[in-house]
Amino acid sequence: MLMDRYTLLQKIGIYAAIFLFLSFILLPFAEMFRTSLSPMSHLFHSPYEIWTTEFSFEAYSKMWEKVPLLGRYIWNSIYIATMVTTITMVFVVPAAYAYARLDFPFKALSLGTFLAVNMFTGAVLLIPLYRIMRTLGLLNTYWAMIIPGVAFLIPTGIWLLRGYLEKIPKELEEAAFVDGASRMYTLRRVVLPLAVPGLIVVGVSVFIGAYAQQYLFAITFNQIPELQPLPAGLNQFIGYQSVEWNQMMAAALTGILPVMVVFLFLQKYLVAGLTAGAIKE
Amino acid sequence: MVDIAERQPNAVTMAKRRGLSEAWFAWLLILPALAFIGVIVAWPLLETIRLSFTNADLGGESWVGLANYQKLLSTPKFYEIVGRTFFWMVLSVSFKMIMGLIGATLLNAAVPGRALFRMLIMPPWIIPIAIGCIGWLWLYNGQFGFLAGMSQRIGILNGPFEFLAYRNSAFYSAIVTDVWVGTPMVSLFFLAAMQGVSRDLYEAAWVDGASRWYRFRRITIPQIMPVIVSMALLSAIWTFNSFEIIWILTQGGPRGGTTTMIIDTYKTAIGNFKFGDGAARAVAIVVILGLFSLLYMGLLNRVNKHYGVK
Repeated sequence: MLMDRYTLLQKIGIYAAIFLFLSFILLPFAEMFRTSLSPMSHLFHSPYEIWTTEFSFEAYSKMWEKVPLLGRYIWNSIYIATMVTTITMVFVVPAAYAYARLDFPFKALSLGTFLAVNMFTGAVLLIPLYRIMRTLGLLNTYWAMIIPGVAFLIPTGIWLLRGYLEKIPKELEEAAFVDGASRMYTLRRVVLPLAVPGLIVVGVSVFIGAYAQQYLFAITFNQIPELQPLPAGLNQFIGYQSVEWNQMMAAALTGILPVMVVFLFLQKYLVAGLTAGAIKE
Repeated sequence: MVDIAERQPNAVTMAKRRGLSEAWFAWLLILPALAFIGVIVAWPLLETIRLSFTNADLGGESWVGLANYQKLLSTPKFYEIVGRTFFWMVLSVSFKMIMGLIGATLLNAAVPGRALFRMLIMPPWIIPIAIGCIGWLWLYNGQFGFLAGMSQRIGILNGPFEFLAYRNSAFYSAIVTDVWVGTPMVSLFFLAAMQGVSRDLYEAAWVDGASRWYRFRRITIPQIMPVIVSMALLSAIWTFNSFEIIWILTQGGPRGGTTTMIIDTYKTAIGNFKFGDGAARAVAIVVILGLFSLLYMGLLNRVNKHYGVK
């Protein structure tokens, strides 16, 4: 369209601005990757040099020896995030359906209550949570990291999934309902199969959130190294004398691989899904 | 309601009966989630309020009334921390909004490759904050980090500079990292809002000879203003509560230079096991954020009215 046409100069300007903007966003990743390839002697060399002929993937094999539990940390991160996602979805699916389709007293008020949870981070509630976990004997178990994680993802999950369910044509449910199907049957056999794409997007969003939020609960509720997720386990690379920066960066990049892979496959749907609330009014 | 339904068996009651079961069914569906939130969020919140009136620690607890609050409110340092927290929030949120607008505008430009650019902006948002922060920790390293190293090479710095070792530089470094973490999400929300603006408006303005800048200022900004305002509120709450970034970069140091309310609360409660004092600080956060949000919601309503959004 004519309106959208740019002059050559404008095009160059736009690309230059995009380049600058993305440089800021991606700089830490580029530097992390460069560091993971560099030998320590190069990193601790002054003056600062970006390039070296000694780049190698050595750190990616050495890191497993330096921190023997590294594989365990990454596994723990994935395990905790998977558990959080599964449990969260069990709570979210029925609630989101109710908010999308049904009419009931205190609907707006209860939805508001859910969303108000977003106002608190775990940090404000840590003291009683710590005591609850201690009383229940859950300190230093996976559950101490899973349970609070679920609570803080339920509201967002309900909000996102509600948006999806509202887009499914109502007539199909009404038809089933009129034919004498029970409400629960309609939900299970008519609505859920239709909602699969939405369920995947919300599930993945919850997974990414669950993968990202583990640090605080891990450093507060868990002291056992074997159960620690990766973000908390990474400080094992910080020794008494020096930090093995190249291995630490290699481990960090390896640790974000699972979310990056999930994200790459579903990014198109995710962006649309996560921002759906912004355009709907 | 049950009574009426039972007394009058006619068409109207059928609808009512359905309405009744609809409400029950809805509550049945919501109850598990609500109960879970109740136990893990609402109850701890009430418990925090109760604890703030006690001197609870690892040993035990006894009622001390308002003593924790009196102590807190008579500490000059507390006001310093509150002030710093607001400064942190206002500065960081302003930058996030500006960066978000710039980012969304750039990603919205009709140039080849924009699908790729939209993807490349996401990583800081989707990776664990803690891992991104470790990257920044290394960037800020005074001896061997990228920023100090490059600054020396270009000649901005004469020698090593530990960004996180001085109160001011540590504070602004943490702001930069916080903006870095928040920018992708804000950009994508603004982008989504921009794409929702009707093209007819732009075309009409274009036909009338309005420049790009004019169209941005007089169409884009007013049209997405409700999203900007509500995003700013969400972002403000999260920034106010931002914990991991500061904790990993500086643990609130050096000499308290990056200690915000949330860091202060954490240090008091979890670091020193002073649960009572920590709870009083947590309640202060909730009260301040609550008041702030109420004020802000008022503003949001006025903005929405002004721009004609229901």
